[in-house]
Amino acid sequence: MGMTITEKILAEHAGLEYVEPGQLINARLDVVLGNDITAPVAIREFEKLGARKVFDPERIVLVPDHFVPNKDIQSAEQAKIVREFAKKHGIVNYFEVGRMGIEHCLLPEQGLALPGDVIIGADSHTCTYGALGAFATGVGSTDMAAGMATGEAWFKVPETIKFVYYGKLRPWVGGKDLILHTIGDIGVDGARYMAMEFTGEAIAELSMDGRMTMANMAIEAGGKNGIIPPDEKTIDYVKRRAKRDYKIFKSDDDARYARVIEYDVSKIEPVVAFPHLPENTKPISQVANIPIDQVVIGSCTNGRLEDLRVAAKVLKGHKVHNEIRLIIIPGTQEIYRQAVAEGLVDIFIEAGAVVSTPTCGPCLGGHMGILAKGERAVSTTNRNFVGRMGHPESEVYLSGPAVAAASAVLGRIASPEEVC
Amino acid sequence: MEFIGRVWKFGDDIDTDAIIPARYLNTSEPEELAKHCMEDADATFPQKVQPGDIIVAGKNFGCGSSREHAPIAIKAAKVSCVIAPSFARIFYRNAINIGLPIFECEEAAREIQEGDEVKVDAVSGEITNLTTGKKYRAVPFPEFMQEIINAGGLMKYVAKKVKDNG
Ligand code: SF4
Repeated sequence: MGMTITEKILAEHAGLEYVEPGQLINARLDVVLGNDITAPVAIREFEKLGARKVFDPERIVLVPDHFVPNKDIQSAEQAKIVREFAKKHGIVNYFEVGRMGIEHCLLPEQGLALPGDVIIGADSHTCTYGALGAFATGVGSTDMAAGMATGEAWFKVPETIKFVYYGKLRPWVGGKDLILHTIGDIGVDGARYMAMEFTGEAIAELSMDGRMTMANMAIEAGGKNGIIPPDEKTIDYVKRRAKRDYKIFKSDDDARYARVIEYDVSKIEPVVAFPHLPENTKPISQVANIPIDQVVIGSCTNGRLEDLRVAAKVLKGHKVHNEIRLIIIPGTQEIYRQAVAEGLVDIFIEAGAVVSTPTCGPCLGGHMGILAKGERAVSTTNRNFVGRMGHPESEVYLSGPAVAAASAVLGRIASPEEVC
Repeated sequence: MEFIGRVWKFGDDIDTDAIIPARYLNTSEPEELAKHCMEDADATFPQKVQPGDIIVAGKNFGCGSSREHAPIAIKAAKVSCVIAPSFARIFYRNAINIGLPIFECEEAAREIQEGDEVKVDAVSGEITNLTTGKKYRAVPFPEFMQEIINAGGLMKYVAKKVKDNG
């Protein structure tokens, strides 16, 4: 019996020829990741353990990104714990404010997440790196602590659902729309504990940025990991960035899948997920007149260069509606700089948007654009849970950057076709 | 180990932002987190929960973020255990790692009502609703996880390994 890409990567890292779903394994880790919220808890556990050294100072990545630049005294203290730990243990990949970015935009860009890797991160959207053909999954701080000490983690080999996206993408439809459509179809626990393998001609069409958006939201369907078998685009992306070896894995033709689900993407319109679950999706043509107060374009889901280009395309020559706050947050310093170089930032400022330094900020209701009671936002982020962006009685509608930008111009949830 | 407590009920897909909103994550002190436990699902929960109480919830409990602050907040609020038809994967793993007992049982989660008095035998997985007298059986943990639990959580389990490796 053949194996899926997920099974092959796990088998190799467990030193086994063959694994099958349900099997418990101990796997070697290529990267262990933490941020300013989760790492302090992991560091406390690590120190309690009495471990003196991390397993490999080059394979631990620490990115303060959630509440930095420090938003208050308490978050400054948390960030300081991470900074001091990085210094004490000689962590090579610690990213200080000014060099950092949102972790899941930063690691692929810096060549730190590579095809064939097993990566754990104390952040649920660690699954983003599956877009590069890695097995990457979110864990808690205790797992991170154990991973930092031993370089290993235990896993139950997941079953895989294969998603096949065929047909031609419509205008303004991107990775975000495909993944929201998928979550709308299978539900927020539709892939609970499973691997989601994304394949098909429409995936081949997507840029690496679009693929990362898709893998990023596997967790929103309950998935353990999202994964896209590498192709030439993947190799082209990583070969310029990688500083160590990587390995390409592909699923066997006779691999076993729990389910195979097919979508004809030519039928998929830009999608909006209504409060308070990412599964509450509607195609844009069925969204009635919903007035809004704020638009956020950014996050580890849609804060990459392609997203900013799409937003700029919609905003160019238009003004943000006078009752709307549009907040745009490039995912990393490199994305920010490129957006300046291409004139995108100019278009944003000309339109009347705020452009912020890279940070998670409003995505998790941290800072930089919190909603008041009763306010409504359209956001390119990944979660629209109760209170996610501020007051428990505020609302978040999820979309891709095209719908978000159009909504900022018209002051209500809108299709880019109404603007362009 | 046996838990007896009064039940608080919650719905499906209770996410980690409802369990501990991100606005409180600028600290990781368990006592501070406990003060806001379940606040966005039920604002009065932190005031009314009593030591030993039990949370009974709907499917996919703990979905969303990987924040370990969520099971830590529940544990620090002195909730003895959580019963649900299913748990989100990272929450499940975190709960085991930090030693918050959780039990998967669809029938119990559906039938037990708020305010019922419930007894849970952690070893056998038997759940008894003392109010109605009805008994249920939760899905037992795989042996490997039982080992982690018996060791007193993942860190104690790993500490032993670190020591064994010198
Ligand atoms: S951008 Fe949002 S979802 Fe992504 S890591 Fe930051 S808080 Fe989490």
